[in-house]
Order: sequence, then structure tokens, then C-alpha cells
Amino acid sequence: MTPFTVLASTAVPLLRDNIDTDTIIPSREMKTTGRTGLAAGLFAPWRYSDAAARVPDPSFALNQPQAHGAQILLGGANFGCGSSREHAVWALAEHGIRCVIAESFAPIFRGNCLRNGLLPLILPGDTIATLAWQPVVVDLAAQTVKAGDAVHGFAIEPEPKEMLLGGLDAIDLTLKALPAIDAWTQADRLARPWVYPEGPR
Amino acid sequence: MNHSTPRTLSQKIRDTHLVTDTPGGAALVAIDRVFLHERTGASALKSMAAAGRKVRDPSRVFCVMDHIVDTRPGRGDQTLMPGGQDFITETRAAALAAGITLIDVNDPDQGITHVISTELGIVLPGMNLVAPDSHTCTQGAVGAAAWGIGSSEAEHAMATGVLRLEPARTMRVTFSGTLAPGVTAKDMALALIARHGAGGGAGHIVEFAGEAVRALDMEARMTLCNMATEFAAVTAIIAPDETTFAWLAGRRYAPAHFDDPYWRELHSDEGAVFDREIAIDAGAIAPMVTWGTSPEHAIAIDGVVPQGPPGAHAYIGLEPGQTLLGTPVDAAFIGSCTNARLSDLRRAAALLKGRQIAPSIRKALVVPGSSAIKRAAEAEGLDQVFTAAGFEWRESGCSLCFYAGGEGFPPGSRTISSTNRNFEGRQGPGIRTHIASPETVAASAIAGMIADPREIAA
Ligand code: SF4
Repeated sequence: MTPFTVLASTAVPLLRDNIDTDTIIPSREMKTTGRTGLAAGLFAPWRYSDAAARVPDPSFALNQPQAHGAQILLGGANFGCGSSREHAVWALAEHGIRCVIAESFAPIFRGNCLRNGLLPLILPGDTIATLAWQPVVVDLAAQTVKAGDAVHGFAIEPEPKEMLLGGLDAIDLTLKALPAIDAWTQADRLARPWVYPEGPR
Repeated sequence: MNHSTPRTLSQKIRDTHLVTDTPGGAALVAIDRVFLHERTGASALKSMAAAGRKVRDPSRVFCVMDHIVDTRPGRGDQTLMPGGQDFITETRAAALAAGITLIDVNDPDQGITHVISTELGIVLPGMNLVAPDSHTCTQGAVGAAAWGIGSSEAEHAMATGVLRLEPARTMRVTFSGTLAPGVTAKDMALALIARHGAGGGAGHIVEFAGEAVRALDMEARMTLCNMATEFAAVTAIIAPDETTFAWLAGRRYAPAHFDDPYWRELHSDEGAVFDREIAIDAGAIAPMVTWGTSPEHAIAIDGVVPQGPPGAHAYIGLEPGQTLLGTPVDAAFIGSCTNARLSDLRRAAALLKGRQIAPSIRKALVVPGSSAIKRAAEAEGLDQVFTAAGFEWRESGCSLCFYAGGEGFPPGSRTISSTNRNFEGRQGPGIRTHIASPETVAASAIAGMIADPREIAA
């Protein structure tokens, strides 16, 4: 995974609450079992005036000329609610977004961001509003967001921070603890035998 | 570990599953069950195989066809969704290669993940179960920690048997009193979300408690827990009690009895401290219907549409001050992991018996939550009641709870639906969804407009 260190980009505002994953990528845009080819379906209901014909709606933020190449998206509260589809994050990432700044995130969406090198960053709503269309610098190591002279700190737990900074793969990291997992499982087989079926039917 | 401090149920479950702490402040937490479906399952299994990773314990991973699979009678792998068949065949191949338990299209056990997991006793009290599906919270109704994750996390759980987890905050929602006649668990869930917002449960594991929750049967508890994700909660849980144990005992993967003292400890201790507490008087809840495009846009059925976000009014075509009662509907849907269990079908059928849906209804579907529920309903003749009233009777699956690009409602339909999401486009482009209980759906289908089921029952 690409490490996340310092990101400088225009911040594109989508300042609504409860932006759901059905809107970020509608189910009908998830055409294969793969993780790619999703960027064209990103925000399809809002981005296109005719989604089937891919006619862009010029009023939508991501279609503005200043949004071209932008890597930071601004949202409201409960960003990424709804379906667990990781395709929402894959579509954002494929489009080039590496950081979403919102008032709060739906838990599954937040986890999906962290597993795909995308930073889900929480700031208060009125701060987010000041970042709209500004050149913004996000520094993960320092845990700061800079826009002009303003510097805003943000919180993130140590583990996700380390994983993003290092571009680490969580599965590889966990597999290092395999002996501990094996020992735990052996003891648990005795304590809770009903957890372990005989095998597939 | 010192357990003399009172603990919440979710803390107890976390303690039981704690493998080891990590230097970063998270912990490795054991996962007892992983449940996949064909919408996201093939992605996860294929990507694991591509990385050369194996499922650690295939006997504890289950997979079912529910999302894409067709629900028309006589179905096979063909679906109306363009390319949909690939999801089914690729998931089947990947599941067989991984050696996990596959519940295929026409397996007698087939059904919606969150319906069959409980029905077969795959999820049990005190377990940790994850699935790449947000409504996994439904399964917390049996007293398990069951939550939705993304595909990458599902791979992690299958490859390692654990997840790396930060501790979640806890919230208790206590429903006191007794539900009025005609008011259901669905209305409880909508009332909670309407009052505290679609983000109200963010970051919390919600334990539902109180006499009104204790009084619910298992199927109603599943309905209540189902919508925890619409509340942004990590998941929901209800402490298991005699109702739970009696319901689960002897099911396919469940123990024959729950006599072991272990099961009796699965409750929040007296004096356990929750990070947040919410109290709701269940007796004051009315049948609820959503007016807008977020589940928090729910109001009492006889209320008026409040001022909401302009986009929501524009999409749904209702202005502040309008009444929901009397709003014409074009389509009706009874189904989904929220409200398609036998008791749901019975209550809807009781209203429909000897009646007809309005001629203005252009599409009306009943989609049982599982194949077993379908058989049980047919044994009672419920299918006859539905078809005589004008509903189509389908094979089990998610069906039009969401729109995958295949079968849809007639363009522009206003739909009264027993599902859980009223997002823009959720049931199809431009389709306007009003979420309600199965009885409200039935009553509204008869009237051809949003109607109060209590009026019909009288
Ligand atoms: S019935 Fe609807 S909400 Fe439930 S799992 Fe299927 S698509 Fe998701």
C-alpha cells in the first residue's frame, strides 16, 4: 500500500450530512467481482445528469475545473453510512482521493479507508467549511491540517496512524502473532467446544 | 484479569475473545464465524487466493447466495442484473476452492445471510461473528457480537482468525413500558433513529434493554437490532434470556440445550457503566413511516412532514406541512433482513386476508427472508393470501431491497417498503422509498396510499 505522509491538495466540498455508500457508488455501478473499474461510477447519481450516458452535471463539485486532480474531499456528519461495500473506498481511491475530512464517519467506511491507505480525518463542521476550495496540507505524522495561516490539529489512534504512515498490510502484521493465535485457539476449543463444528456439512 | 468490576455484555464478549494486545493500543480479537454472500464474497475470496492466503479454519466460514440471486420462481444462476450470473458462479467456485460451507442458490437452507445465520444457529450467544455486510448487526439479537466489516477486513478475519480492534464505546438504549397494539419493533427502531439521528449511535456498541425489549419475541428482536447500522452504531446486542435459549436450542449448528453456566453469564452486570444511556418510553411510540431520504426522516404515521434538507424534499416530492397519510403509493415491498420472517408475513397476511391491493399499485412483492420461511408460510397458506390479494410471491433473497441494475420498480414509483434504507436510488434510480412495518405496507397497499394499519385492524 502507498504510505500516507504529507498530502497537499485543493479540498473539494460536499458539505452534506449522511452521504451514503449507495450514493458514493450505486450498486448498479459495481459490475464485476473485482476492485477496479469503479472510478467512473463514483458519485454517479450526483455527478451525471444522465448516469447511463455519462453526461456530466456541471454543477456537481467534483466536475468543477478546480476539482481536477484534487485528492481531498470534504463531507458532513456520518460520512459513508449505509452499505458496507468497500467499493465506495476503492472508487474514491481510484479517482485519486486520498483523504476525506468529515465531522464523523460511519464505522465500516472508516475501517475500509484505513485498509486502503485513505485517511478518514475528523474536524468540526465549521472548520471544515473554511477549507472549501482552499489549498490544504494534511500532515499525518504531525496530525495537522494547514490552510493558509490556519493550523488545525486532529486525533487518530496510534495503530491506524502507524499503518497509514508505513503503508503496512494489516494481515502481514497480524500473521506475526500466529503462535499466540494458535495457543489461544487451542485453549478456546476446550472452553467453548460449540464454536468449533466438526467440519463442513 | 480482575473481573470484580461490573462489566457490560459487550465487554465480557471482548474479554473472552482477547488473544493479545498490540503495541499500538488495539488488540487481536478472535473471530468465531465469518459469513459471506455473493455480492462481496467472491471479491474477498479471490483477492485472498491471489495473495496466496488460505482460509485458516474453513469449517467456521459460511457463504450464501442472497443479494444478486433472482427471486422469480424456477430460478437458477441466471439473473436479470447484467453480469449478475458472474457473481454467483465466481462466488461458488471461490467458496468450493476455499473449502468453506456454501449454501447455494437452490439449497433448502438458502436465504438472506442475517436471517439464516440465526435460523441455523450459526451465530450463538457470546460469539464474535463478522460479515462484509452492514446489517450483520441483526444477529446481535441472539446476544452475539456480530458486526459488518469491509472486504479487506473479511480477508483479515479469514486468513488470521482474528481482527485488530480498538475498544468501542458502549451505549444502552432502554425501552420502558409496553408497546401499544399495532406498534412493532420496526417502529421502535425508527423512533430511536428519528429522535437521536442517523449518526446518533456513531462509534458505539448499542445494547437494547428494558421491559419492552424483553417482551419482544426473537424475530422482533432481530428487526430491532437490524437497524443499528442506520443509527451508525458499530452493532447492537440484546442479552440472551430464556426466549433466546428456547428459540435457538437444537437448531442445526446450535447446542441441544443451554444449561452450561457460561450462557447464564451473558448479560451486563448490575452497576456496569455505559458510555452513554438513552431512555425511551415504548408506550408512547406510534407506527412510524419515513418521509425523506435518511432513516432519521421518520415520523409518526399521522404526523406532518417537517422541514428537512432541501435535497430530501426535492427527491421525495413532499413539502413541509404535508401529511403522509393519504400520500398515493405505486408499489409495495414486503421483504429484507429487517422484516421478512414468518411472524412478519403472518401479520401482513392477517390484514390482507379477504382484501385486495388497490388497482393503482403497479408492483407488489412478498419476498420471504429464507427458503425455510417460504416453506413454513406456504404450509400455513400465507402464499395464497398474498397472491389472492394481488402480491407476487417470490423465492427468498434480498430482491428489491436494493437495486442492482436488473429487476426494478416501475420508473418513478413511490414505494412503501418493509426494508431499512430509503436513500436516494436505493431501490432504483428515482424510486422514492417510504420505510415502514410490514403491517403498514399491507395497509397502504390495500388503500393505494399511505394508510394506518390500526384503522384496518379495527
Ligand atoms: S435484505 Fe437488504 S439490507 Fe438486508 S442484507 Fe439484503 S440487501 Fe442488505
